[in-house]
Amino acid sequence: MLANQIGYYSLILGLMFSIYLCRVAIRDFNNDDKNVNSKIITLSFLQLTFVIVSFLSLIMSFINSDFSNETVFNNSHTTKPLFYKISGTWGNHEGSLLLWLVVLTLFIFLFLIKSKEEPKKYRILTLLFQQLIIIGFFLFVLMTSNPFNYLFPIPPEGLGLNPILQDPALAIHPPLLYLGYVGSSIIFSASLAAVAQNYVTKEWGQHIKKWVLVSWVFLTIGIMLGSIWAYYELGWGGFWFWDPVENVSLMPWLTLTALLHCILVLEKRGALTSWVVILSITTFTLSMCGTFLVRSGILNSVHTFANDPARGIFILIFLFVLIFLSLGIFFLFHNENDKDSNNFFWLSKESSILVNNWFMMYFLSVVLIGTVYPIFLDVISAEKISVGPPFYNKLIVPFLSPFLLFMAFGPKLKWIKSKIENKRSLTIFLIISVMLTYFVLENITTDILFYTILISAAFFLFFTTSKELFFKKFNNIAQAVAHFGFSLFILSILFNSILSSEITTNIKVGERYNYNDVEILFEKIEEKKESNFNSIIGYFKITNDKGKVVRLNPEIRTYNQPITITSEADIKTTLLEDKFLVMNIVKGNEYFNIRYQVKPFMLWIWISVSILSLSGLISLFKKKHEK
Amino acid sequence: MYGKKVKLRFLFLVLIIFSVILSVFLILQSLKNNVVYFQSPSEIKSLIELDKKKIRVGGMVKKESISINSEEISFVITDFKNEINVTFSGAVPNLFAEGKGVVAEGFLKDRNYLTATKILAKHDENYMPPEVKEALGVK
Repeated sequence: MLANQIGYYSLILGLMFSIYLCRVAIRDFNNDDKNVNSKIITLSFLQLTFVIVSFLSLIMSFINSDFSNETVFNNSHTTKPLFYKISGTWGNHEGSLLLWLVVLTLFIFLFLIKSKEEPKKYRILTLLFQQLIIIGFFLFVLMTSNPFNYLFPIPPEGLGLNPILQDPALAIHPPLLYLGYVGSSIIFSASLAAVAQNYVTKEWGQHIKKWVLVSWVFLTIGIMLGSIWAYYELGWGGFWFWDPVENVSLMPWLTLTALLHCILVLEKRGALTSWVVILSITTFTLSMCGTFLVRSGILNSVHTFANDPARGIFILIFLFVLIFLSLGIFFLFHNENDKDSNNFFWLSKESSILVNNWFMMYFLSVVLIGTVYPIFLDVISAEKISVGPPFYNKLIVPFLSPFLLFMAFGPKLKWIKSKIENKRSLTIFLIISVMLTYFVLENITTDILFYTILISAAFFLFFTTSKELFFKKFNNIAQAVAHFGFSLFILSILFNSILSSEITTNIKVGERYNYNDVEILFEKIEEKKESNFNSIIGYFKITNDKGKVVRLNPEIRTYNQPITITSEADIKTTLLEDKFLVMNIVKGNEYFNIRYQVKPFMLWIWISVSILSLSGLISLFKKKHEK
Repeated sequence: MYGKKVKLRFLFLVLIIFSVILSVFLILQSLKNNVVYFQSPSEIKSLIELDKKKIRVGGMVKKESISINSEEISFVITDFKNEINVTFSGAVPNLFAEGKGVVAEGFLKDRNYLTATKILAKHDENYMPPEVKEALGVK
């Protein structure tokens, strides 16, 4: 009860602070003083504190199962374990928006204390733009999705959290993803401020690069966690389904990655200024669009919490205001200053980074069209379609080979004008890659030409980057690690998709099933009771063609609140392959529907993405260390 | 004559325009071939010509219609006006049950019979395909 009040009024106080901050900031802007008024930093800190207090009080309401709070009532239950009571705080629409606010205010506060060496007017403008976003979100939370609504009479029990969201990976997936999404808001505000102040320079590039890296790392890890969760929880045995909700998180990642490369050019050469600004604006706009599409209920998924049209319209209007504002500022204030730095030879680091950007933009447009086209068609013609994995695979996969080759060559080039060096070793690597791929693939796939080209390109990148890593010939370790990680990622995905095998069947307890020398024996079932679910555990003994035995025990859980049946896959992970078994019950029948999959190199997909994020961290800390 | 720089710029521009056109063309072409249409049993009944392409049928799993043996599962999808028989061999999702919403993806044999290659159930116990909602008059 009390926590509720505290939470609500802290939110309103936070909004007041926003408005007051803007006033103080505008007054300070025209002041001749060299430093930002210290009052501003204090105010920003207070605002952050109030938002955090508000968030903590919502967590308290969840821990105490205070069902007089509507959000808690809708999303919690007394029998839920404590851990999921807490993670339930952001497992719903209202709470997750509050988390957005926490991150928004946290980032602007960090920005203010970390940017002391930057020009004063630029810092104040960044603060103003960021406060504009923050005010927008405050209004959104207070007007359409107040997490502290009262319920009277107080219900005795809550409705519970969707059981498939009760999972450790999913407990930390939203906060991390938000750090990435919302982190891009600082890049957005800062780049608008920089444009307005004509400060899109090398120095600015150096300073904003850190923020780009921070959000990139969080976004990468956030997406990976979501993908790991989908892999073991949704029971389809894949890790990426080209589901619109997944695409929506991939789009800002693509632009952010493009931005990360562009910033290098800006930092070293002071070129590509407009491109950097456009990418910064696009990244945040795509993050907002993602929130809009997912939260408004246009895309149906686990992420859709409530279909309230008012929310969708609010975000849409807010989005338009931001886009028009940013485009307006861009066209009014932006001028390409020194033309000199935009001159570079066709064979140079700059042009190779531009090529990277083209690829990224192409991938982005494929994903964007695939995601948005069905929505448009539904609105225009009421025809319902879905765009599935074949669309994306067909359009993206063939372009990966040149992309990988560019990733191998690009970093070797020099700024402004360059020649290809070490031609001999590169040719040798290329020949080795092609031959290796051919011998590996000879017996396993029919589509040999296509895969040879693709995989040898990946191997080529793998070899060239490993050489740099092992012989320490790098001048940029973060880049080498990142490209190495990416080549590993593509290799694991490709081999995973070529070598995966699957058996699905319907089977009774005590039965055996044989297929291609693999024997599946369904030994028995066992029932178990937990505080918030009952489960049936299946005992399977699987003998593969080499006579090796694996025992897998998948579960079917029936959660009490809300009553939901979920199946928990059992996965045996080894360095080289995952064995994956999931079972389902078809109601009222003695048959169980099972799916057994052998998925090679699954672990390496996660490892390689972790290496990718690690490279971001290396780059981040190296810079700090040098300073 | 124009300078070398201008020529290079021009070449660059042509290259960009060319690649943009190419990628737009590719995307649209592939969109045409890889789109899966969503239909209700009633819409399938009223089809004049059977589509050879993969389609999705959405509706509710009819009560007491599921039968299962070691090879396949068969059931009936209904939108409470018309029905269609579905056979499927493969893994069904968690929320597949009688009286619940379902989407089956596969090929039509005739107007009453679908061979499914994939069964999707939405991860929400209250989900209903839009057509079914309309048919039931639920908002």
